Order: sequence, then C-alpha cells, then structure tokens
Amino acid sequence: MNPFLRALFFWIVVRPIVLIVLGLNVRRRELLPKSGPAIIVANHNSHLDALVLMTLFSTRQMNKVHPVAAADYFLKNKYLAWFSTKVLGIIPINRVISKTQENPLQPIDDALAKDQILILFPEGSRGDPEHLDQFKTGIARIAQHHTEVDIVPVFMHGLGKALPRGEALLVPFFCDIFIGPTFRWTGSRVSFMEKLTEEMQKLVDEKPKSDW
Amino acid sequence: MGHLTNEVRWALEAILGLLIVASIIVFVLCRLQPEKDRTELVQRMKTWWIIILSFGGAFLLGKTAVLLYFAFVSFLGMKEYFSLIPARRADRRVLFWAYLAIPIQYYWVYSNWYGMFIVFIPVYMFMLIPSRMIMTGVTERFLHSVGMVHWGLMTTVFSLSHIAALMNLKWNPQVIDLPEARFATGVISPGPGLLIFLVALTQMNDVAQYVWGKTLGHRKIAPHVSPGKTVAGFLGGVVTTALLASLIGPWLTILHWKYALGAGLIIGVGGFFGDLSISALKRDLGVKDTSSMLPGHGGVMDRVDSLTFTAPLFFHYVYYLYHNLYF
Repeated sequence: MNPFLRALFFWIVVRPIVLIVLGLNVRRRELLPKSGPAIIVANHNSHLDALVLMTLFSTRQMNKVHPVAAADYFLKNKYLAWFSTKVLGIIPINRVISKTQENPLQPIDDALAKDQILILFPEGSRGDPEHLDQFKTGIARIAQHHTEVDIVPVFMHGLGKALPRGEALLVPFFCDIFIGPTFRWTGSRVSFMEKLTEEMQKLVDEKPKSDW
Repeated sequence: MGHLTNEVRWALEAILGLLIVASIIVFVLCRLQPEKDRTELVQRMKTWWIIILSFGGAFLLGKTAVLLYFAFVSFLGMKEYFSLIPARRADRRVLFWAYLAIPIQYYWVYSNWYGMFIVFIPVYMFMLIPSRMIMTGVTERFLHSVGMVHWGLMTTVFSLSHIAALMNLKWNPQVIDLPEARFATGVISPGPGLLIFLVALTQMNDVAQYVWGKTLGHRKIAPHVSPGKTVAGFLGGVVTTALLASLIGPWLTILHWKYALGAGLIIGVGGFFGDLSISALKRDLGVKDTSSMLPGHGGVMDRVDSLTFTAPLFFHYVYYLYHNLYF
C-alpha cells in the first residue's frame, strides 16, 4: 500500500463525496477502535461501505485500516489489482477454498499480528440493496484464532440506496452509521455467531422505520 | 459591500452582535453552573455561528454567492427528505432527476427568468417525474411515490428558491409613491433588505411563538401534531411578529409600515403552518429530527421548516404589491 496515494485519493475524491454528496449520521463514534488489532464487522450493500468506514478514521489512523476483500473480484485485472492493493490497501482473500491451498485466512492472521484494524463484511457479498443477509462463519474462525482481538459491530444504512450493486450512478442519500459495543471471542463458534448476530440486530433495530 | 444599503449592513452587524451576546450568556451560564449539562445549548450556539457566518459571508460576496448558498440549502434539505421517505427501490434514478432540478431552478433565478422560475417545478417537473417513473414500469404505489417526490421538490427547491429570488428585485423609478432615493439609481437592489427581513422575522416568529406559548399557554392548538404549541403562543407570536415587522420593515426594506405589518402577519401565520407541516411529516415517518446535520438543531429541514411556507408567501406578497418592480 502507498500511504501517500491513499491519503491523496481520500482527500481529493472520497472525503468530499462522503461529506457533501452523502453526509453521515454517526452514532457513538467514540466506540471505534483507536488502535489495532481490531476487526470492524459491518453489513455490506455497496462499494461505498468500506470507503465510508475508512473516512471515520483520521488520515494517520487510516494507515492501519484495511478492508478485507475478495481476491476474485478486486484482483481480476492488473489495473484494479494495483488500485485495490496500492491505493485502497485491501487485504485480498480467496472466497473459493481450494484443497491445495494452506490457510486462506493467513493474510488476515498476518495483518492482525501487525496490530492492524481490519474491515470485514461477513455477508460475503453486497447482495440486495439494504438487505441484511446471513453472516458467513469465517469471522468466527478468525476470532477463535485471535481471542484478544476486539470485534466492533457496525451497521450502515443508506449506502445501498446511494450506490447499490450493479449501478454506476451515485444518488445522494444520507448514511446512518450505528456503532455497537466491542466484544471478543466467546468460547465457541456457535455462541460467537449468536453474539454477533444479536449485537448487529440491536443496531438494526435502532434505525427508524424501514424503507424500500 | 457597495451592493448593500447601510441599513442592511447594520442589520447584519446587529445579528452578529446578538450572536456574540448570546454566546457570552451561554459561556457565563456554563461557568456559573458547571454541574448542569448544557451540551446541546453549546452545540446549538456553535452551529448558529456557522450558519450566520456563512450566511453573512455569502451576503457580502453578492447575489451569486447568495444563490449558491440557498441552492446548497435546497440540496441538503432534499437529501434529508429523500433519505427519510419510504421511496420505492425502483425510484432511485427518478430521485436523481429530482436532484437535477436544483441547479436548474437556481439557474432561472440567476438568469432573472421569472416566468420559468415560477413554472419550472409546478409544471415541467410535475410532468417529468411521473414520466420518468412510468419508464421504471413499476405501478405499485405509483401515486404514493409520485406525490412524495413532488411534495419534496415543492418544499425543498421551489419554496426555498423564493428566498434567493428576492435578490432579483430591482427598484422601478416609475413607482412614485415610494420616494426611496437610494434604490432609484438602480445600483442598490432592495433584494438583500427584503431577504434579511424575511429570514430574520421568520426566525423571530419561531422564537416569539415559543416564548408566548411557554409563558401563558394552556390550550393546545394542534395537540396531535406538536403538543408544545398553544393558542396563546400562536396569537402572541403573530402579533409580536407583525409589530416587529412594522417597525423593522420601513427601515430595512422598501415596504411601507402598513405593508410591513401585513408581511409580519403573513410570516407569523405562514411560519406557524410551515413549522407544523414539517412536524407532521416527521411524526408520520417516526423520526424526531430530519437528520443530525446541524448539531443542537437537528437537520437542515428542522431549521428552515417555517421558511418553506413564509418564503413563497412573502415573495409573492411583495411581488404583488410592487409588481412593477423590475424582476
């Protein structure tokens, strides 16, 4: 990752769009992790999700923040791969697990060992706009290997309207961001997934009347 | 600064002075009773500083800056509104067209094209929005959706653009019963004075209705919409606003005191209903504030709620009275 390019891209493109075109209503910003290692677990509806979450950090803090993203999508050609790894600073992982490969989550382990803050979308894909899909259990496996790592649940609402999957036209909408209390590995994968789902549901219930 | 009359400059300075005094009072209150939580009041004050400094700054820069300022207010208001309403998924791109109406509407103001300014949204957008919606092919909740989008356009763009349109009013020397020499040269527009008059009195009316309601209000005027509003608050507010208007009007604007009194009545009543209609909308949608854009105030639409009614009412009142004002 090139921190200079990333800062430049955020100051010239991302921050103005997020601040003026979109606009954020952040609830409990103080619950965001101030230092790593930590994992921000969020719902996923739009390409904007990771970018918006990154703008919640100062340029300095942001150097530690990396979205975990699908290698098959973000590394599909060399230009996108350059942009994703050098400017966005993603941690690419393989969604399709092959038997020959050792540990598909190795890059995540490495980043956490270096005190980084990861952004993870356990739904696995953006899915239908403004619809929360069932979480995949990879997150529980990560937490199990990193029992001392803070898990921060975040629910975002509005970005799936602004730029949903399959659309290239950005329409301005406010984005609500609800940040939940930090928790850690709970002892078992089942209880961890229950805890995560429960914390996320609390955040979902906070938003006013549903639309779409 | 040459485009502003002395009175307008004094009015801006008076507003700034008021803000400084209020800030000192808040500061002293916080010092005297540090145990009391006044976070919201302090936030409110800080936001006022941003609102008034940006508003005043736009004013000093001139007409174009004022237009851009209100175009931005319209954009923020529309964004809040579209983020709140239960629009259909299919309408995403329709809403994009509604956003495009903002630069276009303010361009009509900028170019002084009164005819287009007045019909663009009520006629052309009124047809364009349903036409674009038809193309999505979704008829379910069509009426519901087309109504919501049009109401949003009327409120956040059409109504609010009337504030900026006041800047276009020019003095017509043929009007003989208003011997206002300072406007007769055509160098100084009566617009800025009228604009400050409208915005300041709408704000004072909100305050007056609140204060009267608190001091001697018992009978609720609209218990289901806004439980805080009382009959005494409403009447006291309207009378106070009308009196203030008749005092300030002849000094700050081209309005004769009788007409200024009428303007005050219109602002008092219009402001009341404008405020309540946004309250009703929030109740319907189940939210307390339209957003949290302005800390201590809520959203932009919470701040300009009364203006959505008073701006077009006041504009057309002035336009009717002095319709040979050049536009």
